[in-house]
Amino acid sequence: MTTTLEPTPTARPSTAGRAPRRLAGALRAVRRRLRPGAGEQDKAGPLTYAVLVAAAVLSLFPLYWTFVAASSTGERVAQAPPPLLPGGSLWTNITTAWEQADLGRALLNSTVVAGCVALSTVAFSTLAGFAFAKLAFRGRGALLTVVVATMTIPPQLSVIPLYRIITDLGWGNQLKAVVLPSLVAAFGVFFMRQYLAEALPVELIEAARVDGAHSLRIVWHVVLPVARPAMAVLGMLVFVQSWNDFFWPFVVLTQQNPTVQVALSAIGGGSAYEVNQAVIMTGALVGTLPLLLLFAVLGRHIVGGITAGAVKS
Amino acid sequence: MATTHRPATDSGPPRPAPAGRRSGPAAPPPSWRSRLHRLDLKASPYAYIAPFFLCFAAFGLFPLLWTGWLSLHRVDLLDPGVMEWRGLGNYTRLWGTEQFRTALLNTFTIGVLSTVPQLLMALGLAHLLNYRLRGRGFLRVAVLAPYATSIAAATLVFVQLFNPDYGLVNWLLSLVGVGRTDWYADTWPAQIAVATIVTWRWTGYNALIYLAAMQAVPKDLYEAASLDGASRWQQFTRITVPSIRPTILFTVIVSTIGATQLFGEPLLFGGGVGVSGGSAHQFQTLSLYMYELGWPSRQLGRASAVAWTMLLILLLIGAVQLLLARRGRAGQGR
Repeated sequence: MTTTLEPTPTARPSTAGRAPRRLAGALRAVRRRLRPGAGEQDKAGPLTYAVLVAAAVLSLFPLYWTFVAASSTGERVAQAPPPLLPGGSLWTNITTAWEQADLGRALLNSTVVAGCVALSTVAFSTLAGFAFAKLAFRGRGALLTVVVATMTIPPQLSVIPLYRIITDLGWGNQLKAVVLPSLVAAFGVFFMRQYLAEALPVELIEAARVDGAHSLRIVWHVVLPVARPAMAVLGMLVFVQSWNDFFWPFVVLTQQNPTVQVALSAIGGGSAYEVNQAVIMTGALVGTLPLLLLFAVLGRHIVGGITAGAVKS
Repeated sequence: MATTHRPATDSGPPRPAPAGRRSGPAAPPPSWRSRLHRLDLKASPYAYIAPFFLCFAAFGLFPLLWTGWLSLHRVDLLDPGVMEWRGLGNYTRLWGTEQFRTALLNTFTIGVLSTVPQLLMALGLAHLLNYRLRGRGFLRVAVLAPYATSIAAATLVFVQLFNPDYGLVNWLLSLVGVGRTDWYADTWPAQIAVATIVTWRWTGYNALIYLAAMQAVPKDLYEAASLDGASRWQQFTRITVPSIRPTILFTVIVSTIGATQLFGEPLLFGGGVGVSGGSAHQFQTLSLYMYELGWPSRQLGRASAVAWTMLLILLLIGAVQLLLARRGRAGQGR
């Protein structure tokens, strides 16, 4: 195993001794927060780097290859040793893919859907998370358990009646049919609850109450400023999730009004042997690019958000 | 109750909140204002959590129960008003169908093939990412990049990479002397290919979740262990893994649920024969079978029976996992 090859850890005598370990741990956690990067263990050795770089390459290669294929001609993609360098047909492929599937509309639809879902999830999750984290009310523990438990129910199990409800309402093939069932998510409630439980001092709320603020005012003037970073992260996570959602949009939307994922399923699914393979890859590239750009710009924050949310789970 | 902010006694699964909260004694003088204040205190928490519970009731719980009711009937997709009572007939018929048993088995094997390597690799990656590293930020973002890819895009790419004739995977394998593998038609290769897509998309995400949990492990535990002469490997197995056990359980449950509802990957991997999950259903999952019954075959009752079977299986798996976790914790003496 790689770990044995690491330089031996610098053995410092434990200063904490048998003293209350909890307190020591809490202090350490605080200090770790103050000095970013200080929580890591020892320096990495060459083998660690080798494995991590290999993992990064494996993670990134399919994305790179999407670009290679998308910029090649169909014949070039179907060569026996496949091409590893980009070709020169990217623009032709994009125009073809755009004609075969209504990618412009799909991109717009996905943006609208993911945007609405993200906004509403963040708003409702923040309110509920605040209530669960800082407000006393009867049944709080039990209700929070219910919230967490609902995370384990796959949405697919509700799809058949949901489809009927949507068609009875005459909402088939409309974007609101995709948005409505996702207005708020258990994950979001739990995420905000975890963040606010730690980040929001009770004293702030009490001070506001003593000043006579009613609870919506408290939300607006006290909770929101504290919650903003977590709201941004949650918004991004939900946006990514909603953008990538496949099953329900696939069931309820048609090719006349698709999200990106539904449009991609048509390019790739229907007739895999007739369509130009390079064009399929172009579709995949176009569908992924917006999120990859989002990641390139905000990647660190998303990483930070995932880790921040998980620490406490 | 409710006039004072009681210190939040954390119940439920999350970790106990940090110490240091104090309850504030704030007993207001009785007046109409304070009555309003009290009403605000009592009612507003419920108002804040109401959207979630309303949404869940309307789009989660109610349809779920309705699915159960439908599963006891014969219902046509195009004529859903007409329901013919069949009792448990749909279920008994399912268990007698070979395609259902294949789908059930496929869901299980693809689930194991994707979940186990994915979580093990994530654990290893997280451990390595936890070292003091140059380029740490880049490595973390790179590992997470597949998470940004959609099921559709990822599957389309892997369909190309696994192409038996000109795909990169077979070409690489031929370099080390492995003969042509038909990643679509042969059962095990096809299932491995589908599992690879899942593993690729989720390993980095899980690694980051583990990493976060690892960073919360008190460092003096490691210091004490290394003073006692524990090797790095022993520290990993005796300190790191037990310390993040709740997180591991969390990821196991989440990935199990994910594996149970696998749909897009096998659908799009199948290309033109999508819903059937390969020419001989060799990679048709339960979700795919449910969709095939419900939409192309229009038999909503039988599709609902598949959905409820999935629910029962999930409950069963969940119960087993919780039992194992509890036993594991008892074995740890905690």
